Amino acid sequence: MSATIIFWAVTIAQTALAIAMMCALYRMIRGPRAQDRVLGLDTLYMNAMLLLVTIGIRSSNIAYFETALVIGMLGFVATMALAKFLMRGEVIE
Amino acid sequence: MSAAADLPLWVALLIAFFLLLGAGLTLIGSIGLVRLGSFYDRIHAPTLGSSWGTAGIVLASMIFFTATEGRPVVHEILIGIFVTATMPVTLMLLGRATLYRDRAEGVENVPEMLASSESISKQTE
Repeated sequence: MSATIIFWAVTIAQTALAIAMMCALYRMIRGPRAQDRVLGLDTLYMNAMLLLVTIGIRSSNIAYFETALVIGMLGFVATMALAKFLMRGEVIE
Repeated sequence: MSAAADLPLWVALLIAFFLLLGAGLTLIGSIGLVRLGSFYDRIHAPTLGSSWGTAGIVLASMIFFTATEGRPVVHEILIGIFVTATMPVTLMLLGRATLYRDRAEGVENVPEMLASSESISKQTE
């Protein structure tokens, strides 16, 4: 019973996160201006990180946590650098 | 999923509740990213996923691994702390960059410049 509940909850959560990633991807491809694309990329990173945590629950493997943490850090640095680039036209001055 | 079979029912329900809460809020935030009209509206939408979306899924993961391993597993909270600390910074920077670009290009419907920040920008110029 518990296994069934967790299995279906994880499946629904993963489907919802996959649809959320599709929405972010749409904004990244379509986005009228550069800042919309950066925002879409940031949301995509965030959703991928959450998806990895749910994959960790599904496979009851604790190693996925580290992957999620690395993706979160890379997303932060990437968005930071892109915002700086949009502001000044250079990343490191 | 073999470890999940011998969990108590209420723990499984708690995990399912937090998972669905987190994933649902993230989905709502991403749908808002598609549907909202202007950039200044859209920048608010993903924060739904980065606040309670992340908190829900991380809490579910913490409860699951604490219950299956039989010892407190709290290292997932690092993700929560990290996201809570960095997301406002990045979105703030992105918003400021957009505002700067829009003002430089003379786009209509840009938020007004405050009197205090106007005097500061005059001093720095």
